[in-house]
Amino acid sequence: MRVKSILRSSRTGLLAGVAATALVASGIAATAETIRWARVGDALTMDPHSQNEGPTHTLNHHIYETLVGRADDGSLTPRLATEWGISDDDETVWVFTIREGVKFHDGSEMTVEDVVFSLDRARTPPSGMAALHAAVEEVTAVDDTTVHVRMAGPAPLYVQNLTNTFIMSKAWAEANGVETSPNFAAGEEAYSVRNTNGTGPYMLVERDPEVRTVLQVFADHWDDAPAVSEIIYTPISEAATRVAALLSGEVDIVQDVPVQDIARLEQTQGIRVVRGPENRNIFFSYDMVSESLASSNAEGNPFASPEVREAMSLAIDRNAIQQVVMRGESQPSAAPLPPFVNGWTEEMHAFGDPDLARAGELMAEGGYPNGFSVQLDCPNDRYLNDEAICQALVGMLARININVDLNAQTRSLHFPLIENWETDFYMLGWGVPTFDSQYVFDFLVHSREGSYGAFNGARYSNPELDAKIESLATMTDLEARDAVIAEIWDQVMEDRIFLNVHNQVLAYAMRDGINLDVHPENQPRMTTVTFD
Amino acid sequence: MTEFTPDESRPNALARAWDSDIAYSFRRSPLAIIAAVVSLIIILAAVFAPWIAPHDPFNPATLNLMDGFTPPMEPNAFTGNVYWLGTDNQGRDVFSTILFGARISLFVGFMAVLFAMVLGITLGLIAGYRGGWVDSLLMRVADVQLTFPSILLALLIFGVARGFIPPAYREAMAIWVLIVAIGLAEWVQYARVVRGATMVEKNKEYVQAARVIGAHPAKILLRHILPNVMGPVLVIATIGLALAIIAEATLSFLGVGVPPTQPSLGTLIRIGQGFLFSGEWWILLFPSITLLALALSVNLLGDWLRDALNPRLR
Amino acid sequence: MIAFILRRLVQSVIVMLAVALVSFALFRFVGDPIASMVGQEVTLAERAEIREALGLNDPFIVQFWNFIARAATGDFGISYRLQQPVMELILSRLPATLELALVSGILAFAFGVGFGVYTALRRGSWVSGTIMTVSLIGVSLPTFLIGVLLIWVFAVELQWLPSFGRGETVYIGNWWRTGLLTESGRASLILPAITLGLYQMTLIMRLVRAEMLEVLRTDYIKFARARGLSNRAVHFGHALKNTLVPVITITGLQMGSIIAFSIITETVFQWPGVGALFIRSVQFVDVPVMAAYLMLIALVFVVINLIVDLLYYAVDPRLRVDRANAKS
Repeated sequence: MRVKSILRSSRTGLLAGVAATALVASGIAATAETIRWARVGDALTMDPHSQNEGPTHTLNHHIYETLVGRADDGSLTPRLATEWGISDDDETVWVFTIREGVKFHDGSEMTVEDVVFSLDRARTPPSGMAALHAAVEEVTAVDDTTVHVRMAGPAPLYVQNLTNTFIMSKAWAEANGVETSPNFAAGEEAYSVRNTNGTGPYMLVERDPEVRTVLQVFADHWDDAPAVSEIIYTPISEAATRVAALLSGEVDIVQDVPVQDIARLEQTQGIRVVRGPENRNIFFSYDMVSESLASSNAEGNPFASPEVREAMSLAIDRNAIQQVVMRGESQPSAAPLPPFVNGWTEEMHAFGDPDLARAGELMAEGGYPNGFSVQLDCPNDRYLNDEAICQALVGMLARININVDLNAQTRSLHFPLIENWETDFYMLGWGVPTFDSQYVFDFLVHSREGSYGAFNGARYSNPELDAKIESLATMTDLEARDAVIAEIWDQVMEDRIFLNVHNQVLAYAMRDGINLDVHPENQPRMTTVTFD
Repeated sequence: MTEFTPDESRPNALARAWDSDIAYSFRRSPLAIIAAVVSLIIILAAVFAPWIAPHDPFNPATLNLMDGFTPPMEPNAFTGNVYWLGTDNQGRDVFSTILFGARISLFVGFMAVLFAMVLGITLGLIAGYRGGWVDSLLMRVADVQLTFPSILLALLIFGVARGFIPPAYREAMAIWVLIVAIGLAEWVQYARVVRGATMVEKNKEYVQAARVIGAHPAKILLRHILPNVMGPVLVIATIGLALAIIAEATLSFLGVGVPPTQPSLGTLIRIGQGFLFSGEWWILLFPSITLLALALSVNLLGDWLRDALNPRLR
Repeated sequence: MIAFILRRLVQSVIVMLAVALVSFALFRFVGDPIASMVGQEVTLAERAEIREALGLNDPFIVQFWNFIARAATGDFGISYRLQQPVMELILSRLPATLELALVSGILAFAFGVGFGVYTALRRGSWVSGTIMTVSLIGVSLPTFLIGVLLIWVFAVELQWLPSFGRGETVYIGNWWRTGLLTESGRASLILPAITLGLYQMTLIMRLVRAEMLEVLRTDYIKFARARGLSNRAVHFGHALKNTLVPVITITGLQMGSIIAFSIITETVFQWPGVGALFIRSVQFVDVPVMAAYLMLIALVFVVINLIVDLLYYAVDPRLRVDRANAKS
């Protein structure tokens, strides 16, 4: 065919083009130390505590620093705190030893006062980080290098909540009127939105939101100087344009690579792709409790029937979704939590082949031999190939006579449906920043009351389980605690609250000669970049 | 139309049509003939899609995900199935999906044009015939409408509809919302043409005479004035059809439109452009060619019609 | 004259208010701003608090009044998403959009008039036919696809032009950031300007051709020929001159569609203008930015309509008589 031959010949042109290093177009030639980095969206703000959001944290981690860091394997590492632990005298007190000789970008010395100020700022509304510090009663500086955090009760995992809580300068905040994090309702821009003063390895040089952000290395940083001395960060929202920018050599590192482009990029000379598992699993869930479903023609609520839920789990073909929709770039799993997370087991993860015959029998046993119709709500701009996964599920459920109408829409319309209990059947992805199952239970399994169950769209409610979940927060015997977690998971899996699809796999594409590993929370650090 | 008996008049009418200036001009324009043939083929293929298409891509139960990404004329690596134009990311046969997609696109296009035409002609007739403040108001609204970005308007209408339609009906209603949104953005041109012609015609003696006899204004408008403006209206409608089909595609890029389980040509292109760099060129190429062929030939017909109907250019 | 202008000004204000009201009424259906403002940990109670603080629970009419009252003083509040004053945000993005619109408009006008005149004078020649047909491709493919294809060919395959952004920019005065003065800025402008201008060019070309054909038939052109003027003088001195008035008018009125299509073009090319800002704002339900953008659009078209009306008034004496009659 003629068309094909045109495309084939152009392919070789592409290879030759990428190999050429001279750039006619952009006018900015990349030096060895400058990294031009693109991803889909920009940080929302430079304020260290205003937003608890991935891309915002990612950029801020270069400018500000946290007490503890998270290594690529999920473990905690020292950062501005050199040591931490629960006090021997009082199990409700966390003790942090603060690093000495740390300087802010404005040249001032970091003190324990700054740490106390920052932790207080982070836990005071309207800070977006407040929920992670809800159990904190008081933060005090004991001496020049020690900070005590007193909790409402025993909180053995509190330190896990600190990996995105940044330390800022008290004097700088006071001088610029940003003692609290910016308030949306205030109606004016806070100084900290576009200005920074952190202790991190890079200083903010230029900030043009959604267009271009430039960072330069901070010479007085306490740690070894990174290989990258300048970062030019440009968000590119369109996937095709983002990939084009890498192919044409206008950027060096692309995050958020579309899964379908990974294989092709790997074969392209001059470009390499690294991949790794993300701390995020993708699942479907359904209203198991209501009397009937708003979007369904069925008598009663089919999702209330354990047989129907089991039939659905037998109808879904996770391996097909992985091979075709995700192009092999996912980890199919029945476990509704990522494998990094405390409480994950091989047993939960395992799943069998789809069994349509058995699923059909179960549908009949559940009282729906002729199936039913229902609407599936799905985001189309939030997770990797979210819309396509939902489409694939529509086909798979059609085989057992569940007639699914797909309502795929933007995230700002999708998520309120779950929060307001306006969806019968929905897709959700969940990351676990604390790396512990309790986080999943608190938000997805516990009955909806107070701060619990905000994303429990299943309307699931089990008082016995609720009590167990609440007990997790204060258990200090970690072995006993793990046992309770296992019990809770047993019940959750038995009740099939979640129909899990897979864990997401992240891919970063970059110019040859650059080395950067995938970060499990999708927060790559340019400090870890090395050059060949 | 009902005045003459069909059996006698038909050959006459046909013969007359064949000899008419329009037909003459058509026969002399090879481009118009090609355009007409191409649009007719696509329209017929779309209308008869359920009988022509080898698969039913809108029936999810018949899809096998493992068929996904089959290249044209090559067997699938897992299932061994061969598809003439390959399959897309859901294992849908591209050829069948294009036929069904063209059906949706054409349906949206025709209905949007119809909606705009009815609305525009009605308002244009009223404005031209009544004059005075009715005319001023309608034309002011038309001015505003003309300068307001049509895509923006469609986006907003889509937003409103989402608020009013209960969730369970949203998917089914999406296509109608689309039709209203696109149609509403295009009524002004009809209204302007019809209004202008009405103002000229209404002062002519035969209309005055009809009015004196006591004929109902509606009857005067429909019987006497409307036929005089059908030429320009037809030109606007033809080009409007192409515009509407493209507008639907553009809206689907912005994330509003028909559900991905029942894609239009525009939705197919939106999905396909994600595979431009990944090697699955057929998912983008074939729907794009179909859309281009359809819109181009309809536009060419519009161009030709405009020249052919302009008496001063003959 | 003054009465006419006053009347038009009052009408314009009413139009602005109507646009504000309609768009404001629509925002409640675009989505929930809170969902995209806060992280997944924020409790329902805290969400309700933010909603209350932002005044989202106030009755519609109260919200609308607050918005109008503040907008009248040029204060559109603060972006939910980027936490910056909306007015500043839009002003900082406006130069990018205006430069793109201007350059694509000039391209569209130059090529449109050129091709239009040619195809009118050489009606029936195969070159004209080819131009007419090929130019239709610009309106027969969706803008986003044209943009993506241009990126593929000229940025990825040939590597002649950049695929995204504005390149290097420099400031003129305090706030106008231009890409026109740097080499990379001009290079970055080419692909988006072509993408945006193609549609307009096709339109202008057809308009010029139709008008030219009309004018060429008029008696006074025949007289001009009879006077023995050269073809050149007749075509360009007389015919084209008479053609341009309606063409310029309609092109001016088409500003709306340029702005609309700039939304698409800016998204595809990551062009940092107000159109891309608007689309991102829709995704994140950034109501203050959406409201301000729509008001800006309303202002633009009200001003254009006003100018066109005034021009007509100045040029066409019959209108004055009509108005006078209508008033009495």
